[in-house]
Amino acid sequence: MSAQTSVASVALNRFGYGIRRGAEPPGDPMRSLLRQFDAYDPSPIALKDREDTSSEAGKILQMIRENRRNRKDSASEMSESMRTSNPITGLPTDVKRAYVRGGEVLRHDIALRTNIAVTSDAPMVERLVHFWSNHFSVSAGKPGTQHQVGNHEFGAIRPYVLGKFSDMLRAAVLHPAMLLYLDQFQSVGPNSQFQKRRRGRNQNGPRGLNENLAREILELHTLGVDGGYSQTDVTEFARALTGWTIPGLSRIERFSELQPTGAAFVRLAHEPGSRKVLGNIYRDNGPSQAVNIIDDLATHPSTARFVATKLARHFAGDDPPAGLVTRLETDFRRTGGDLASLSRTLIEAPEVWTEEPVKFRQPYEWLIAVLRMTGVEGLSARRVSGALRELGQVPWRAPSPAGYDDKAGSWAGPDALYRRVELAEQIARNAPSENLMARAEAAFPGALSDNTRLWLSRAESGAQGLGLLLVAPEMMRR
Amino acid sequence: MLTNLDRRSLIAGSLALGAGSFAAPRMAFAQATGSQNLLLVLLRGAADGLATLAPVGDPDFARIRPDALGDYENAQKASGFFAIHPAFQHVGKAYSQGDALFVHSTATGYRERSHFDGQNMLETGGAEPYSKRDGWLNRLVGLMPLDESGVPPRALAIAQTMPLALRGPAPASSYAPSALPEASSAFMERVSRLYASDEQLGNLWMRALETQEMASDDGLRNLRDAKAAGELAASLMREEDGARIAMIELSGWDSHANQRGVFNRQASGLDTLLGAYRTAMGSAWGNTLVLVATEFGRTVRYNGTKGTDHGTGSAAIVMGGAIRGGQVIADWPGLSDGALHEGRDLRPTVALENVIAGATAEHFGLDPAELMAGLFPGRGTAPLTGISRA
Repeated sequence: MSAQTSVASVALNRFGYGIRRGAEPPGDPMRSLLRQFDAYDPSPIALKDREDTSSEAGKILQMIRENRRNRKDSASEMSESMRTSNPITGLPTDVKRAYVRGGEVLRHDIALRTNIAVTSDAPMVERLVHFWSNHFSVSAGKPGTQHQVGNHEFGAIRPYVLGKFSDMLRAAVLHPAMLLYLDQFQSVGPNSQFQKRRRGRNQNGPRGLNENLAREILELHTLGVDGGYSQTDVTEFARALTGWTIPGLSRIERFSELQPTGAAFVRLAHEPGSRKVLGNIYRDNGPSQAVNIIDDLATHPSTARFVATKLARHFAGDDPPAGLVTRLETDFRRTGGDLASLSRTLIEAPEVWTEEPVKFRQPYEWLIAVLRMTGVEGLSARRVSGALRELGQVPWRAPSPAGYDDKAGSWAGPDALYRRVELAEQIARNAPSENLMARAEAAFPGALSDNTRLWLSRAESGAQGLGLLLVAPEMMRR
Repeated sequence: MLTNLDRRSLIAGSLALGAGSFAAPRMAFAQATGSQNLLLVLLRGAADGLATLAPVGDPDFARIRPDALGDYENAQKASGFFAIHPAFQHVGKAYSQGDALFVHSTATGYRERSHFDGQNMLETGGAEPYSKRDGWLNRLVGLMPLDESGVPPRALAIAQTMPLALRGPAPASSYAPSALPEASSAFMERVSRLYASDEQLGNLWMRALETQEMASDDGLRNLRDAKAAGELAASLMREEDGARIAMIELSGWDSHANQRGVFNRQASGLDTLLGAYRTAMGSAWGNTLVLVATEFGRTVRYNGTKGTDHGTGSAAIVMGGAIRGGQVIADWPGLSDGALHEGRDLRPTVALENVIAGATAEHFGLDPAELMAGLFPGRGTAPLTGISRA
């Protein structure tokens, strides 16, 4: 086992998403990674051809609101819908049809992102896309979000993975998908004109401040939970964010100003006045008030520390080496959050090139590596989503705004492993299994164990051997 | 084919390589535990205790949540002062039969408002978030006596992945119904051999095979049907060789908007699950304890979007065939502005750790102080007594 070749396995598997069928391992592993910065395409053809359905989100919400209003006339129907555990039953046909269409769009986008990673020549950068998409996690549960979560990654994450953190932060947290997911779209300033008018008309409707997005930006996207903010900072930030909502809500559409993130700003709903967040005063300049706060959060020292820790954990192990965290943190602070520079620091870090695996592959990365290795491409959207659901990690479906956890404990479970074995056998039955041993050596150059070699050589069929390779210890960890 | 092994012998064979070592000393038992069962139901996202069990006897409740009052008009009363949310039909019935009780204004020692840190403390049992790496439910497994053949009680998460509460050195498995076609026995046998020299994968694989054996042919494809999920949990626990300790998680309680609708839907699901579980446990219900807990409560007042934000004190539900049900354990802090925690949340007056440790100790006949120290170290408070009839 030569040191040089096992380095190639690290480049392929720890940084990338595994070797593609028929490909050769890289001759100069470190340079092969740096070259990916140029090979990366933020908007590949498949995305350019994609139909943008984001305007459907507002329409669906509008449809649901109208439907709710109509149903209030009939009290018995209301209590019926309150009792049912499935929110879709009892809905009128047009709403149901919109839900079904939303599901199709979502599956299509999941297959798109998966196929881009499976066929990519810049798999390390695609990994970074998924890393940041998970950092700014949005989930397609609430009505309308199915049309927005794909857009969020394609429009707010992909263009910035080798750019500035502040640009990505702004695009990601003020994107309609995030505003929907974290309830910001209906947050209204208590002293806004909108609210005053309502009070004047004695309307006690469901409108007012919602601090969900403000809290999660501070806790999950920038400073981190111990980053030094208080409940007052959360509330003040939430006030500054009022007015930021999604376009296409017809009642307020004529008051809304379209923003670069694809969101809308409604001045009438914005809480007037200066805000004080983390000791800084932000004057009321409409939509820019929240943007100015976000820009300051983007370069805050706590943010540098928080982002550095997460990146190091993703590449150097669940308990990231302190030295690497510090170097990434310093890099972040020196460059003001230049993500290409952070990626270079990772590539150059000896802590990331250790020979032994440092991470248990998450289900999604395992599936991408499996598809790259087997050369199975262009699976139907339904099959991709189905497989990911069974594996327990559907993109844009994380159980909380923190995104999917990045530690082995969350993924290395008995049932999760069993499912991989079931799926591996199924995939291997329908994939070419020639040259198995050579492919295994190429996939894990210098890192294939004698044990795996032994059981591959004893397989009673090519398909069985390929199946075993797909679940071998080398495939489960990186 | 190398040899013809059936699944059961695969399991038996793999046990040899997987028997983990346990450093923690096992506790002496005050009495034989028999086949006592514990099911932990974890509500992720912070379930609103004021909706679970509304303090309708507190005049401030009508002042603060006038819209919600109607929901409790014909609801079942508890201890005169409280009303049980109407979605809790099965729990309410168990309450009147003495098989369910509520604990109100309860919380762990966590006093911030992050779901993730809050769940970390609730699951690890640490006195601070991230201060312990294993879960208290896993430590409980490690503290229980081995059976005659030297095997610790079976522990199982009804979930695809292992929840933090059950992670740790003691053996535990996870299981959820799958829609995938089952792998062939020839392939599984090869996988067993492939993993035989890999400690981590070998152990996971062995436990997976064990659990698959227990759960054979459940006919389900996922856990979305609450009734089926409750029945599945029971089917995995009621037999002699079933799991003694299990947990199931329900997410979706984070009702920042449209709280009444969201809570009603969530509570219906939970109630259906608990009702189905109780029925399906049959005679084993008499030896069963169910703990329903959440990471923290929600703000007392509604926010601007008819929802509630992250709060502190909440409610817990304890069920079982041998508990002193039909009571509400609470030291009611009140809902006046001055009584609220930080002017916004229900003030916690009962430590959730004391409830869990107390109920568990009585149920399994373990020493309460020792158990408290093992599950929730560094608290310096005494476990609750009198939850169990035993």
